[in-house]
Amino acid sequence: MSASNLHMYVMIAPLLTAFFVNLLGRRSRAWLAPLTLGSLAFSSLASLVVLGRVVRSGGYRYTVGNWTPPFGIELVVDHLSALMLVLISLVALAATLSALKSAEQELPGREHLFFTLYLILIAGLMGLVLTADAFNLYVLLEITSITTYGLIAMGKGRAPLASFNYIIMGSIGACFYLLGVGYLYLMTGTLNMADIARILPDISGGAAVATALAFMLVGLWVKMALFPLHGWLPSAYSLAPTGAALLVAPLMTKVTIYLMVRVMFSIFSVDYLFLQNPLVQSGIVWAAAIGIVCASALALAQRNLKRMLTYIIVAEVGYMVGGVWLANSTGMTGALLHIVNDALMTLCLFLAAAAIYYRLGSLDFDRLQGIYRKMPVTMAAFTVGAFSMIGVPPTAGFFSKWYLILGGIESGHWEYVAALLFSSLVNAVLFFRIIEIGYFFKSGEHHGHELREEAPLLMQVPLLISAVALIVIGLGSGPLVDSVIRMALPGGF
Amino acid sequence: MDYQTSIWPLAAILISLLGAIPIMLSGRSPNLRESWTLLAALGKVAIVVALLPAVLAGGGYEFVIAEVLPGVPLALRVDAMGMFFALVASILWFFTSLYSIGYMRALKEHAQTRYFASFAVAISATIGVAFAANLLTLYLFYEMLSLSTYPLVTHEQNAEARTSGRKYLTYILGTSIGLALPAMLIVYALTGTLDFKSGGILAGSGASPQVLGLVLVLFLFGFAKSGIMPFHGWLPAAMVAPTPVSSFLHGVAVVKVGVFSILRVIFHIFGADLLLDVNLGVVITSIASITILVASLVALTQDNLKRRLAYSTIGQLSYMILGAGMLSAAGMTGGLLHIAMHAFGKITLFFCAGAIFVAAGKKYISQMDGLGRQMPITYLAFMFGSLSIIGMPPLGGFISKWNLVIGAVSSDQLLLLVVLLVSSLLNAAYFLPIVYRGFFARAADPVFDEGIREAPLFCLIPLSMTACASLALFFYPDIFLRLAQLALFP
Amino acid sequence: MDMVLAVIVAKYNYWVYVVLMMIGFYAMIGKRNLVKKLIGMNIFQTAIILMFVSAGVKHGAKIPILDKYEVLKHGVDATGVVNPLPHVLMLTAIVVAVSITGVALAILLRIYREYGTLEEDEILEKLGK
Repeated sequence: MSASNLHMYVMIAPLLTAFFVNLLGRRSRAWLAPLTLGSLAFSSLASLVVLGRVVRSGGYRYTVGNWTPPFGIELVVDHLSALMLVLISLVALAATLSALKSAEQELPGREHLFFTLYLILIAGLMGLVLTADAFNLYVLLEITSITTYGLIAMGKGRAPLASFNYIIMGSIGACFYLLGVGYLYLMTGTLNMADIARILPDISGGAAVATALAFMLVGLWVKMALFPLHGWLPSAYSLAPTGAALLVAPLMTKVTIYLMVRVMFSIFSVDYLFLQNPLVQSGIVWAAAIGIVCASALALAQRNLKRMLTYIIVAEVGYMVGGVWLANSTGMTGALLHIVNDALMTLCLFLAAAAIYYRLGSLDFDRLQGIYRKMPVTMAAFTVGAFSMIGVPPTAGFFSKWYLILGGIESGHWEYVAALLFSSLVNAVLFFRIIEIGYFFKSGEHHGHELREEAPLLMQVPLLISAVALIVIGLGSGPLVDSVIRMALPGGF
Repeated sequence: MDYQTSIWPLAAILISLLGAIPIMLSGRSPNLRESWTLLAALGKVAIVVALLPAVLAGGGYEFVIAEVLPGVPLALRVDAMGMFFALVASILWFFTSLYSIGYMRALKEHAQTRYFASFAVAISATIGVAFAANLLTLYLFYEMLSLSTYPLVTHEQNAEARTSGRKYLTYILGTSIGLALPAMLIVYALTGTLDFKSGGILAGSGASPQVLGLVLVLFLFGFAKSGIMPFHGWLPAAMVAPTPVSSFLHGVAVVKVGVFSILRVIFHIFGADLLLDVNLGVVITSIASITILVASLVALTQDNLKRRLAYSTIGQLSYMILGAGMLSAAGMTGGLLHIAMHAFGKITLFFCAGAIFVAAGKKYISQMDGLGRQMPITYLAFMFGSLSIIGMPPLGGFISKWNLVIGAVSSDQLLLLVVLLVSSLLNAAYFLPIVYRGFFARAADPVFDEGIREAPLFCLIPLSMTACASLALFFYPDIFLRLAQLALFP
Repeated sequence: MDMVLAVIVAKYNYWVYVVLMMIGFYAMIGKRNLVKKLIGMNIFQTAIILMFVSAGVKHGAKIPILDKYEVLKHGVDATGVVNPLPHVLMLTAIVVAVSITGVALAILLRIYREYGTLEEDEILEKLGK
């Protein structure tokens, strides 16, 4: 195992294991846990080693199968992609611990099918963060999407309908992206990102290149559910099987934001994006701010915990898109830090929701009364996640918000600052509503005799780890930003 | 300023935070649990007092917890102003713990473990605010205080508690996230740091007076724990909490944290000189004066004793801010001193209110005629407390109010002198009748009040001690005076 | 007018693809029947694939299937041969499109089993009850 191939093994481990899970999982359930956890643990360790290497000696480009670019596929392992790799594998590992339990409860007898798709999805996500070829990105994007469609359709009730709706909208997004890549191919004749970046400044096809950028961006925005292109997300994520939502909610939208950053800065240049078209840049920040406000307002109207969380995801996407398009390094740092923080916060909250659902069978607000007494550990972790969403120090959420608001102040985008503060206050209302419902008993039942009925240990462990991680990463924001994120900022910032 | 690096400031904060764990674990044996609380309280006083000599000599202690943001670490610093507040808070926590034990047991309250554990976390946060070295650390502990006092305010867990809790959080979280946080970020964007430095950090940042004024107003209203109107509504609502909570948190800790934060901003972020230059002292004093007068007037109309005390607190807090806004030496000293004087006086008054409720079951002043004859010690302590708040010698409050008066006269702010005199008269008007009627009026229904005796010892001892402390502070204010002078004129 | 016509005639292939794309897009959004939506998606994807492929076309060029020994002796005249790279890439894209269609059809089968119909408004009615 040569050290320079390690990142390939990170991606291949879940991919190969998927097939073994299908074959062996058919025979006996006992194979599932060791196979999935083993492969993801291996991926996590390997990705940490890769990150360590990159931090120590810098990033590198990797040619797959010795087919030289620009015709062969190239992978890029720099600070940003190594960080994303670590994030994906660790979040996936934590989610799998909990998913093993929920899949047992929700999809008895079909878990091997569930985990097959699950592992291929993880492999697809890892591939997405590594690729440096525009068309390969489309292929991997569709791999992750198809597995997601399948995973969501395994749910109960209206899930297949929600999944079909997601198929239609997701395909529009992916096809727009492909169209954009097509335009670039027509203009430059190559699909390798670095190659396109080399050729673009010299050609004079203004309208075509602008159209390419527009299509690629809109396509990715549909995939990441930026308001108002978010229509598919709430139903799809809340109706999916709990284990699927655990993996998809923290990761899919964040990886898509990473893709937007990668496409913006590895193909186009900072100059083209921001300086030549300041109206576009301001317009997008405005759109992001409006999106944050609307999504937060929609979240207020929800009566179900999971749906509320999905609308919060849409608002968080607005944070990151706005942060990237602020066009200053503080905003960019905030956006990149928020990718990490938001993945962790969403993971923590969804893990808590999964634990509650496992015990109660429902996540409607009126069923949640007195839950602090019934599941104190779960709710303690939920409270930490809630504080992080609101932006209370020392949890991680505060520090990325700090950078984002500061970036907004520095660039004079006061609407973005106002949107962020509004969203924090709305999050406070949203989460304290739940804390209130869970903390006060039903009227007439003053000293409730709710028995403690905590979630199973396998679900509590990742929950507690993610809650602790939120505080640790919050306190460690300084080192994280200095050693990894500063290096991950695209050139020109 | 000679600061040694030492972990003791962090220890002072952590001792009760970590103490919350054994408190939660010994829920089944109340005596063990109570002894943990008292142990942590004594330990905290001990550590704070141990740190005192270096501060009195002109030095202090520092400790960096984590480098979280460029230019703004999470750091602690023990300087004169922080030590002043920490001393008041830790000493009074010890008394409150004693009082809490007596009160909660006498009323056989539920969920005592959660109560004592939340209290321990809340006092950690208070000391954290006192020892914060920059605005970020202060903000962190400020929020920690808001969140840890929520279970205390909503302790009764009935519908009234739920509404009050909501009001509490809306006012306090809403202002801190919506007003104080952007103000903090604007200061950071202007200067690149948030450290507290005597003389302030904003002088020379090149900001226009309008921007400075805006930031000042954002801070004044953003730290709504100081009870500045119109964001004061949470304070009367929080009176639904058990009396020890009201007495300590809303007479001493939570509200003083709000005032302390504003004073830190005025003295160590803006600096008195800068405020004089751009004439922003007027903004501070006008906002404070309005609150003082309105609160004192409203207090007159309240029949519920705790609510009257709540409005009195709102008024008294703005005295401290008024003093700071005067920007004259005596005024600022008076404002800072009043933190201590008011704390001792007000906590006595709240302790008495709680004792009356425990012993006689009465909440309304109109029902308390003649009670003084049956509870003489309590009423005597109440008298001491009210005289201190009104500002009469020989009680401690006289010293701070006297300084405020001198401060107003010396800086030619005669309008403020009028405010001070009028409000003192109002203070007398809403306190003295209670004492008078308690001792001299005839009870409304003597038959029903037959069996009332003095409050239990666990309540009586703390309230007597704080009353005597108010008396003693008139004769021996030296430590606090010296700390105040070191803080304001290094 | 002449200029516009000249441009349209010269780039007629792109216009065809645009029309196809719009038909597919309209079907995806405007049609009420789920299968028609799926077909619309297919049309949309096909239009994009065709656009890519047409990027490799050259006037008077031969198809890119060569004799190995000829090439080894005389080399290859790149201008005389249609660019095979887009064809190869579009194979992948076609695979992706087919996979999505397969998954979608499986889901539609489940929906049909559950609701007995594939018309969107009828399904919404059943849900509303």
